Amino acid sequence: MTTITFKSVKKRYKKNPVVHGVDAQIESGEFVVILGPSGCGKSTLLRMIAGLEEISDGEILIGDTVVNKLEPRERGCAMVFQNYALYPHMSVRKNIGYALKVAGMPKPEREARVLKVAQSVSLEGYLDRLPGELSGGQRQRVAMARAMVREPKVFLFDEPFSNLDAKLRVAMRSEVRRLHRDLGVTSVFVTHDQTEAMTLADRLIIMNGGRVEQIGRPSDVYHNPASRFVADFIGSPAMNLIEGEFDAKGVFNHGKGGQLRAEGGMALAGRKVALGIRPEAIRRAGAGSNGAIAAVVDYVEELGASRLIYADASGSRLIVVDTGTGPLPGGTKLHFTFAEQDVHLFAEDGRRIETHASAARMAAHAEQPINA
Amino acid sequence: MERRAYYRNKGLPWLLIAPQLLLVLVFFYWPTSQALYWAFTLEQPWGGGNSWAGWDNFLAIFHDREYWGTVVRSAFYACCTTALSMFMALTLAVFVDRSLKGTRAFQSVYVWPYAIAAPAAGVAFRFIFAPEAGLVGAINGLWPGIWNPAINGYQALGMIIVCHSWLGIGYNFIFFLAALQMIPRSISEAGAMDGARPVRRMLDLQLPLIAPTVFFLLIINLISSFTDSFGLIDTMTEGGPFGSTEVMVYKIYFDGFKGLDYSGAAAQSIILMLLVVALTFVQFRWVEKRVHYN
Repeated sequence: MTTITFKSVKKRYKKNPVVHGVDAQIESGEFVVILGPSGCGKSTLLRMIAGLEEISDGEILIGDTVVNKLEPRERGCAMVFQNYALYPHMSVRKNIGYALKVAGMPKPEREARVLKVAQSVSLEGYLDRLPGELSGGQRQRVAMARAMVREPKVFLFDEPFSNLDAKLRVAMRSEVRRLHRDLGVTSVFVTHDQTEAMTLADRLIIMNGGRVEQIGRPSDVYHNPASRFVADFIGSPAMNLIEGEFDAKGVFNHGKGGQLRAEGGMALAGRKVALGIRPEAIRRAGAGSNGAIAAVVDYVEELGASRLIYADASGSRLIVVDTGTGPLPGGTKLHFTFAEQDVHLFAEDGRRIETHASAARMAAHAEQPINA
Repeated sequence: MERRAYYRNKGLPWLLIAPQLLLVLVFFYWPTSQALYWAFTLEQPWGGGNSWAGWDNFLAIFHDREYWGTVVRSAFYACCTTALSMFMALTLAVFVDRSLKGTRAFQSVYVWPYAIAAPAAGVAFRFIFAPEAGLVGAINGLWPGIWNPAINGYQALGMIIVCHSWLGIGYNFIFFLAALQMIPRSISEAGAMDGARPVRRMLDLQLPLIAPTVFFLLIINLISSFTDSFGLIDTMTEGGPFGSTEVMVYKIYFDGFKGLDYSGAAAQSIILMLLVVALTFVQFRWVEKRVHYN
């Protein structure tokens, strides 16, 4: 089995640093998704594992071997590329079998392996076609079969579904999940699509600007974002982040005279913070309820199962997931409440501020370790 | 719906293509028709009248063993020049493609030779290959008399082939490099992930993908080596020694302008023209249809 270890891995293009020192450990058989906005260095990190980019500083270990100086073919990784990168002049059969041919496997054995892998991704009927004659989803499956046929120690996926339409994406996602369950190979998957990341990952590595923001299970990352960036990036619609300041009484002042009570506020008196609350953690309350915030509806987005209320709470934008029905014209005055333990606080530098309530939440959402 | 622009004035389009049409007529169709006429008549060396000869000029050529020798020599020359020039250009292009730094500089540096007129290059090469003083002649200092293209026909032909290849490398290089850079990098990277070493990737992945360019250059080079060799041969060997560098195009010149056999030379021109037309036909009909990679 194969682990991947990053030891302060850095990447510079000439003088230009793009990855600023990544430390992480990927367990054997784990499915890790590297998630981040474009240009955050996630693909670069993946390509450094593959051996397609040189490692400027630090070390990457696959198993117990430092692979910094190894050629791609010596690392035992297989990669699925964003644009499939199929060989356009070779049939599907030859595309899948190329790695085996290069490795010098005799033809009968090779053909058998190719057929078996093709069957596992339901491509056996297309073996003699050229990639140009296949649909996007089929090409994607050829790319996956080509990676699988070598029985690699590590699977690398570089935004493999970004050229597919939404429906195919969902289908391919479950296919990848199934393959990982069947093969149990350590996998690293790069994407900027958070739904893809949340559904596929055993653990997430969230990157921003060449740095790791947070490493954790999808639910941990969702419920306990380690930084303001993660809080904002994970979740759709995004977390409400209200800028403000606590006063000496522990009251949070925001916008144009808006006030909120939040636990632990007294200790933060005088500090500028961002108060985060997930749209789905906010509930509607009757007028005059204890501790309710008043807000005025701007507009409503109907989603079918629920709707999103975009409201203005004393100058701060508030998005609320609402399951109610009935008309809500702009200008309607509503009241909202939320549990104190659903509040996230972020300091000015973007780091999370721990409070008693958030510690309680963390405990509530703690799960069994993955490899138990 | 097809959108087309129309000229209201019927004469204007003709006026616009007139300059080009005039050039083609004057410098191609008129000489060609003259040659065609001469090829079927017996032209007097000093002018003044001719008589209809029918196919006699062609029959005379086809019965001439010396002419067939020239044809074989031309074919050999064309194959060697094309192979050498394309191989060198491809090798250089692959190296430049692999390390992208300074690609632009290489592009312009390598294309310069193509801009040199053949006779000018021929004169330069005469000095380089001169047995008594040139760079290559230096080996005569080690093994006296080993190099002398003025008396050794094989050496003379080899020398012209090398020079002609050198002139073509730049042109071929540009096309090869452009074709190589059109291939997505990820295909080569996928090859690397599949375990193929650079040479293997080049043979299995890059070469098949630039096949259309290879075919195109093959035809262009063959045509060029049949027709463009005159300048080099005239300045370097004048077809000698003992006709060993006399290719078809040089024989036309020699028979026509030195031997004053206008009719025979005209017939040879027609044959050479048909050969080039045939190659062009192959290019259009056969090669372009085989381009299906995408």
